[in-house]
Amino acid sequence: MNGMGVLKGLAVTFRHFIDTYLEDFKAGKKRYFTEEGIRQRASIEAKGIFSIQYPEEKLPVPEEFRYIPFLVYDEGENGERALRCTSCGICAKVCPPQCIWIVRTNDPVTGKPVPAPAEFYIDVDICMNCGYCAEYCPFDAIKMDHNYEIASYDRFKEHIFDLNKLSKPASYYAKIRPANFARETAEREAKAAKKAAP
Amino acid sequence: MTDHESTLTTRHGDLLPDWVVADSRPGYEGVIVPVSRLIEFAFLLRDKLGYDLLSSVTGVDYLPDGKMEVVYHALQTIGGAPFVFKVQVPREDPIVPSVVPVWPGADFQEREAWDLLGIRFEGHPDLRRILMWEGFEGHPLRKDWKEPYYEEDAKPYKSRWPEGHVRRAEDVAPLHDNVQYPPGFDPESWTPDGDEALYRGLRKYLEDSGSELKTDRLIVNLGPQHPSTHGVFRMVVVLDGETIVDLKPVFGYLHRNHEKIGERCTWIQNMPFTDRLDYISSMSNNFGYALAVEKLMGIKPPERAEYIRVMMAELTRIVSHLVAVGFLLNDLGAFFTPVLYALEERELILDIFEAVSGSRMMCNYFRFGGVARDLPEGVLERVRDLVENRLPRKIDEIDRYLTKNEIVRTRCEGVGVLTAERAIALSATGPVLRASGVPYDLRRADPYSIYDRFEFDVAVRYHGDIYDRYLIRLDEIRQSIRILKQVLRDIPEGPVISGKPQWQVRVPTGESYGRVEGPKGELGFYVVSNGKPNPWRYHVRAPSFINLHTLAEMARGGKVADVVVILGSIDIVLGEVDR
Ligand code: SF4
Ligand code: SF4
Repeated sequence: MNGMGVLKGLAVTFRHFIDTYLEDFKAGKKRYFTEEGIRQRASIEAKGIFSIQYPEEKLPVPEEFRYIPFLVYDEGENGERALRCTSCGICAKVCPPQCIWIVRTNDPVTGKPVPAPAEFYIDVDICMNCGYCAEYCPFDAIKMDHNYEIASYDRFKEHIFDLNKLSKPASYYAKIRPANFARETAEREAKAAKKAAP
Repeated sequence: MTDHESTLTTRHGDLLPDWVVADSRPGYEGVIVPVSRLIEFAFLLRDKLGYDLLSSVTGVDYLPDGKMEVVYHALQTIGGAPFVFKVQVPREDPIVPSVVPVWPGADFQEREAWDLLGIRFEGHPDLRRILMWEGFEGHPLRKDWKEPYYEEDAKPYKSRWPEGHVRRAEDVAPLHDNVQYPPGFDPESWTPDGDEALYRGLRKYLEDSGSELKTDRLIVNLGPQHPSTHGVFRMVVVLDGETIVDLKPVFGYLHRNHEKIGERCTWIQNMPFTDRLDYISSMSNNFGYALAVEKLMGIKPPERAEYIRVMMAELTRIVSHLVAVGFLLNDLGAFFTPVLYALEERELILDIFEAVSGSRMMCNYFRFGGVARDLPEGVLERVRDLVENRLPRKIDEIDRYLTKNEIVRTRCEGVGVLTAERAIALSATGPVLRASGVPYDLRRADPYSIYDRFEFDVAVRYHGDIYDRYLIRLDEIRQSIRILKQVLRDIPEGPVISGKPQWQVRVPTGESYGRVEGPKGELGFYVVSNGKPNPWRYHVRAPSFINLHTLAEMARGGKVADVVVILGSIDIVLGEVDR
């Protein structure tokens, strides 16, 4: 036993140590607290210090990132909201931990079901962020959000999201998931065109 | 009769005694053995037919028929499909002889079947509860057992739609009311019987130390809260000075009855739950479950999906092995520097998982007949960058950093030795088995998906000590990189799921066993369908759990400080052990 192995190992540690400073010198001020710096540190070329100084810095999330669903509404010209949800119930049925609760609207006169939810709840304490609801909704009415900062002080008051809290405009959806939004819009339009054609 | 079964019966047809009958239920395979001759059959299978490793033992409660069935999957370490055999006993007071004398690796699994299904295994050396707490009333996997917050037998629950007036689980089953105690049970004055039994089992060692020097033997509890145990896990050790005389692991602290949840869920709803078994390698768990169900449904994923699956599974293996190596060094006392180096690469791989599946750890990416979505733009290039440049460099660096380190070598070489015979007898699989000199890797031994197309070597090491279990993980990462290079070279364009994505699938009646070579060993899913939207039986053959059989074997005669490292070298994840 001559300690060479230990020394060689220490050389690796030392290399990491030096790298951190080298990278810092090389990149200068823009290594920290800039978008470019964050991107560099999260990239495959990253060397030296890897970590992100959350919450001052935040890693950008990829488009597919999923966190707690929201309901999409289209905005009318006068700002009225048209929820896409038809309260078909598929998301409530496919949800693995069964945390979606929907009350269907019934027409007050005929008593027949109307395709819009009267109430819509998601118990976000139970939601496992699996993304099934968004995946299987036939109307693109429920989508997974990107906002993961939803901690609150009172879970009993805040953690059951209702219609109001769940609804977000389609423009928001287009912003966080541009590729998906474009694809779905194109598909819908193609379908509509096909229907319109005799 | 499936193809599988007919080949088996022709292969062994004339060697099987005439008192076993083929399981002729549609969709079922294997043979049914009379209970009275089970042990005789087990010996025949092991000694005459070479089924030396008992992979899985589990029970199925056939409530409508009033029957309890015990299902065994045995395999040959030279490769091939598993041999399935079953015994059937009446549901009331089911008693089955224990196969522990034939395959010691049945130990924990029989205890589990006793604990959860109430099947008594006669002749088992230590038949105690294993996952539930001592003093628990009933056997929760029985079909007529209901949890205190029971709502319905199967999801989706009717209360969610169309009259889904929300309520909280806490309001339905308030605290203190959400546990069922046996009659006359007082939690204040109760002392666990099982702990008594556990200590009684160890006390025999206290009497005679056998050495000339008069030493006292001690029983010491390591855990359940202990920094070295990677979770809530307890080891009860008998010490003679610093030397370990015997050890018994105690676990189940993280038990959530994953299998009961699985039987309440619909087929597809189970997929995200499998992520939570071994949470380091969720893609691999998805893979096993998807294979089991696809086998029943008789569907195959399209080419591109197969390649994506293999890519994800191999990236997962790299992640898991990096974590294992890093934390092993933690257990050796090299506190956190090696782990953090290892975690750097893991982060980069998790970035890929996140871009592909939407989540870093709870991927939920596989679907029956394919994967959830195609790879987003840019992902293949990133994987290529990683695989071609960064990862090989990194592995070499880890190698340089640790392999020749004298401290690592003195602590690991020749410590915690497991011989090949004992590894097989104790049903070890994965790196633990291969580091003991048995080149058994499912990707070669019984290839699934498209593994038969790739060129790679089955890593094997021969000393069976901690050092080899460390080295083999580096070897396997290198092989995974090799496979990934071929995947990147050959991956075709095309659809990623066969047919339309469906939120409800029809699964024909029958049973199936899907298994993959997970990073920790053979991960198997045994599922039984009765044609309903939910599985009738859903069982996980968890490699971490079964590999724990080897812990006592490796630790005996070693020093108490080494047991921590030995445990680290098995590489367990308690989400999977406790299920
Ligand atoms: S969100 Fe979609 S799946 Fe859910 S009820 Fe509304 S339309 Fe149906
Ligand atoms: S993400 Fe999954 S768990 Fe959450 S509401 Fe949707 S289906 Fe349910």
